[in-house]
Amino acid sequence: MQDVIDRLADTIRAAHPESPLCIRGGASKDFYGNCTPGRDNNLLDTRAYHGIVSYDPTELVVTARAGTRLIDLESELLANRQMLAFDPPHFTESATIGGCIAAGLSGPRRSSAGSVRDFVLGVRMMDGKGDDLHFGGQVMKNVAGYDVSRLMVGSMGTLGLLLEISLKVLPRPSVEMTVTLQMNESDAIERMNHWAGKPLPISATCFYNHTLMLRLSGAEPAVRAAHLKLGGERLEDGDAFWRSVRDQTHPFFQSNQFLWRLSIKSTTPQLSLPGQQLIEWGGSLRWLITDPDLPHEDVRKMSKAAGGHATLFRGCKPSMDAFHPLSPEMMLIHRRLKEKFDPLRILNPGRLFPEL
Amino acid sequence: MQPLELVSELSAFLPTESVLYEGEDLRPYECDGLSAYRQTPMIVVLPQTEDEVIKILQICHRTKTPVVPRGAGTGLSGGALPHESGILLSLAKLKRILELDPASRTARVQPGVRNLAISEAAAPYGLYYAPDPSSQIACSIGGNVAENSGGVHCLKYGLTVHNILELRVITLSGEILEIGGSGLDASGYDLLALMTGSEGMLGIVTEIVVKLIPSAEKAQVVMAAFDDIREAGNAVANVIGAGIIPAGMEMMDRITTRAVEEYVHAGYNLEAAAILLCESDGTVEEVADEVLRIGEIMRQSGAIEIKTSRDESERLRFWAGRKAAFPAAGRVSPDYYCMDGTIPRKSLAFVLTGIERLSSEYGLRCMNVFHAGDGNLHPLILYDANQPGELQKTEEFGAKILEMCIDVGGTITGEHGVGIEKINQMCSQFTRHELEMFHSVKAAFDPSGLLNPGKAIPTLRRCAEHGAMHVHRGEEKFPDLPRF
Repeated sequence: MQDVIDRLADTIRAAHPESPLCIRGGASKDFYGNCTPGRDNNLLDTRAYHGIVSYDPTELVVTARAGTRLIDLESELLANRQMLAFDPPHFTESATIGGCIAAGLSGPRRSSAGSVRDFVLGVRMMDGKGDDLHFGGQVMKNVAGYDVSRLMVGSMGTLGLLLEISLKVLPRPSVEMTVTLQMNESDAIERMNHWAGKPLPISATCFYNHTLMLRLSGAEPAVRAAHLKLGGERLEDGDAFWRSVRDQTHPFFQSNQFLWRLSIKSTTPQLSLPGQQLIEWGGSLRWLITDPDLPHEDVRKMSKAAGGHATLFRGCKPSMDAFHPLSPEMMLIHRRLKEKFDPLRILNPGRLFPEL
Repeated sequence: MQPLELVSELSAFLPTESVLYEGEDLRPYECDGLSAYRQTPMIVVLPQTEDEVIKILQICHRTKTPVVPRGAGTGLSGGALPHESGILLSLAKLKRILELDPASRTARVQPGVRNLAISEAAAPYGLYYAPDPSSQIACSIGGNVAENSGGVHCLKYGLTVHNILELRVITLSGEILEIGGSGLDASGYDLLALMTGSEGMLGIVTEIVVKLIPSAEKAQVVMAAFDDIREAGNAVANVIGAGIIPAGMEMMDRITTRAVEEYVHAGYNLEAAAILLCESDGTVEEVADEVLRIGEIMRQSGAIEIKTSRDESERLRFWAGRKAAFPAAGRVSPDYYCMDGTIPRKSLAFVLTGIERLSSEYGLRCMNVFHAGDGNLHPLILYDANQPGELQKTEEFGAKILEMCIDVGGTITGEHGVGIEKINQMCSQFTRHELEMFHSVKAAFDPSGLLNPGKAIPTLRRCAEHGAMHVHRGEEKFPDLPRF
């Protein structure tokens, strides 16, 4: 596999700022982030660098090459009754672990188990100079040096090319049950927050169309006891439902309008924005399907006021900002980091912010 | 700038008792929890507001004065070791809990708030702050952020980085950075992760929003004794292999159990080569189920004795011995030196055997306590600082342990930080390019390099000289080189 790395390094070293590189794995999240024209001309394809480097279930750590498909990685974990607990979305079957880390997206289990960055233990990466670097490691606790491996999560390939990622994995819960409760939105927000403060085995929540869905996970007696306490009607194929929310195949997401992702304080009351909403993560995540003409400023302002930020998740066009703009002080730090990691601006320039 | 000129500038907006610059007043700040390293600072300042912090940093920026931040001073790697011509910035007086919101399960606190004080304030709502470093009675949350502190429950509940949502940070030039947010993620690069564990090298944290989680309904601990340390290590792997993530999983070797049992009376099996403490927490139903399974796995893994705590007082007694390990080391030896390597658990037997060999080689006893669930090893080397040369021998012994941790794919520090103590071992763990990248990260936040200079990340020059030190088998090539 070293020959693949050498080829990637050669490509990076040969790249010019006038024709920067676009890092691409399975292209499942091509729609995500700023729309940077002409990026198909200079692809840096990671798929040749694939496969699991090491996996020892009892160490709870897996190390995989960036081009490894998520479904391949997850089926290996499943064979040992383990999982990526952050529940990464697979927008297509081709999704790779490299893209998953670079985009930094997590699924329904995130609110209870933690986010993708919470599970990253180490990375091997190549910076904009083609240097092969290792940060973090394969152990649970490691405070040697700055946490560059977690910095890579969600950086959209603007700081470097991910080569290998070490992740903490967790055992799959022995039992899972999904229940549905009918209620209105404000009650659902109140209930989700109330329950999150109680020792209950709730592993995912979703509110849509007057229905609150809860997933309970854990030991069988604990799940049964929680079901008795919370009530609700049992949903037969719970897994399929959560997958449809995670991968956005659920009917809510089937729309040609804009899809916004609002990440805000969980207790924020019902947001009065035109369009349809679906709530996840105990109230912390609000998906909004809305008219492309709705001023972006309205969505951004409302998210900011709720302690969070808004991402134009689907529908972004050239000259639009997908991600929530930063304060000048924060942008200064971002710009300096970009200059250090990718001094020539040849790796995914503009994909995260036009300035980077 | 002359010290007295600085003092007068600082005194213009700080009360007299918040600017210390005379001999005796400075003494308490000479060292942190790593008392083997001492340095008197030029000036100590104790601001009470964020505004004062900003003004102090602006003065330091303008006068090119180094700044060393300090929380409660409980750190174990010398991260708060003062700079001789610098200002020691104590955050101890910023100690208010600004807001506690039980509905969103968060608390906004100042950096000087003690770790345990957060959980105490949250307790009436059935909530607590999960990371529980052993110094939690005294250590401050600001220091926890700087070190990414863990604790015995971090395999299940995470480290500081997993339990904070938001930081307010002042850069050395006095700019305010608002990092993270009230949601579960933020726009842009994950600077929250970068700040956590950055050892006061990137900015001064003035506010922290922490997550609070519901207290478990019940906790119970299984204590298992093994007559072979390898079997104990396998038992840990078997528990995890069975799909159980215990709330805590701790191991102690015989020299440790014997040292603590004498005055804690925890009821440990003193003949056993190693004791495992495995805690289950959660709902009553979960715990009942899990404790049964853990007991069964311990039996199958060859435990010679298994006890399950019958009530809360017995559970606390089982833990008391583990919590007393450090003080016990202080009782059986005039001094002890605590190491902090992390290893893949499968290498446990190899590393412990190596430590045993080094122990007889150096003629120094070593107690081993181990966060077994996450592979974080704390060998406590027992020595006597009054014996000439013994500290140096101890440090060599410790350095060899750390290099062994790197060799098996681990790290030199799991939770105590690099500080000044492990700065040479950083040269073994990272390549030149990686260290350069760390310096670049620092420069992105602190281009002047005035914030906690000389800590955490070694200069390439230092590494070159440390390498030379290896070649000369301990005879330092540049004995006059400052150990900053």
